[in-house]
Amino acid sequence: MFEAHNLRTPLGRARGLGSAKDGLHHWWIQRLTALALIPLTVWFVASIVGLVGGSYDDVRLWLKGPVNATVMVLFLGVALHHAHLGVQVVLEDYVASHGLRVASVIIVKFICYGLAALGIVSTLVVTFGA
Amino acid sequence: MVEFTLPKNSKPTKGKTYPAPSGATNVKRFDVYRFDPDSGANPRIDSYDVDLNTCGPMVLDALLKIKDEVDQTLALRRSCREGICGSCSMNIDGGNTLACLKPIEECKGAVKVYPLPHMPVIKDLVPDLTHVYAQYESIEPWMKNDTQPPSSGERLQSPEEREKLDGLWECILCFCCTTSCPSYWWNGDRYLGPAILLQAARWINDSRDEATGERLDNLEDPFRLYRCHTIMNCTNTCPKGLNPAKAIADIKMKMVERAG
Repeated sequence: MFEAHNLRTPLGRARGLGSAKDGLHHWWIQRLTALALIPLTVWFVASIVGLVGGSYDDVRLWLKGPVNATVMVLFLGVALHHAHLGVQVVLEDYVASHGLRVASVIIVKFICYGLAALGIVSTLVVTFGA
Repeated sequence: MVEFTLPKNSKPTKGKTYPAPSGATNVKRFDVYRFDPDSGANPRIDSYDVDLNTCGPMVLDALLKIKDEVDQTLALRRSCREGICGSCSMNIDGGNTLACLKPIEECKGAVKVYPLPHMPVIKDLVPDLTHVYAQYESIEPWMKNDTQPPSSGERLQSPEEREKLDGLWECILCFCCTTSCPSYWWNGDRYLGPAILLQAARWINDSRDEATGERLDNLEDPFRLYRCHTIMNCTNTCPKGLNPAKAIADIKMKMVERAG
């Protein structure tokens, strides 16, 4: 758990660098996005099941509806925001080295935000396309 | 990165077997973890066959019988033998509990006795608790007031306010919960763990204490508090029947409450 030959006092080690005065926001947003994902995921799965067997034009027509397009954008944004918060927790749990942990969290954030942007733009292209 | 390989001296080997005295009719086997830091050898599992007809009902009775009559080199902590001192916490039959409160008859087959999980071992069943004690000190577990006590002497508390400490003050700091928590195993250097967070809640919920906000400030940290993922091992294993997971959830709700 500790480096060998660490001569700090036990209390000094326990206090470490002090409290980050942070963590509530991450925890709260993770729960808030989880709550929002309950109806959003039900809607998404039900919609996809409803579109099974349909043609590409059926899907385009469906996504041109303003409600469907709005909820799709919300679903993509919220789901990937929730995903990156969750993966960050897993990385903080299991990656012990600080440098590696920060690097992997950055990569996950970039990937999730990139995927969210791609998904949202793709939705809008279909919604507003010819 | 994640440690996929075990550190030195982690893998126990098979040790000695001590048979029960001849003529014993009610024999139970105890497989006990032994580690001698001076030898440099890996830990071993010694097997002791104990005649239950001449032994008390609890696992601690058997361990003390072994130490008294069979093998004096066995090291363990114990004091009160009635579940109030918290000294004899260890891993028995796969779960953390107090040896003095664990009936032998609850254990099926051989009774496996190990030290508290994932702590440095000083010897045999004696873990090094230096860091958890320091973490306890770090939450400043004493009454903090700027207001002088009333001239009558005592800081008063209504029965309702006092009730908020029930389920918290009973903790005996045996650390069965903390050492059962995977989050504490992986990040125990920074995560405070269920026992210390329950103690923090004990002071946060004390109506007489004036440092509630300062206490919450010191806990608001991704590692100190938010490594708790409600795994619930703490509540499952507590030999006093307390609920550290709920105490931690209460702290998290107080964080939300003061934010808006």
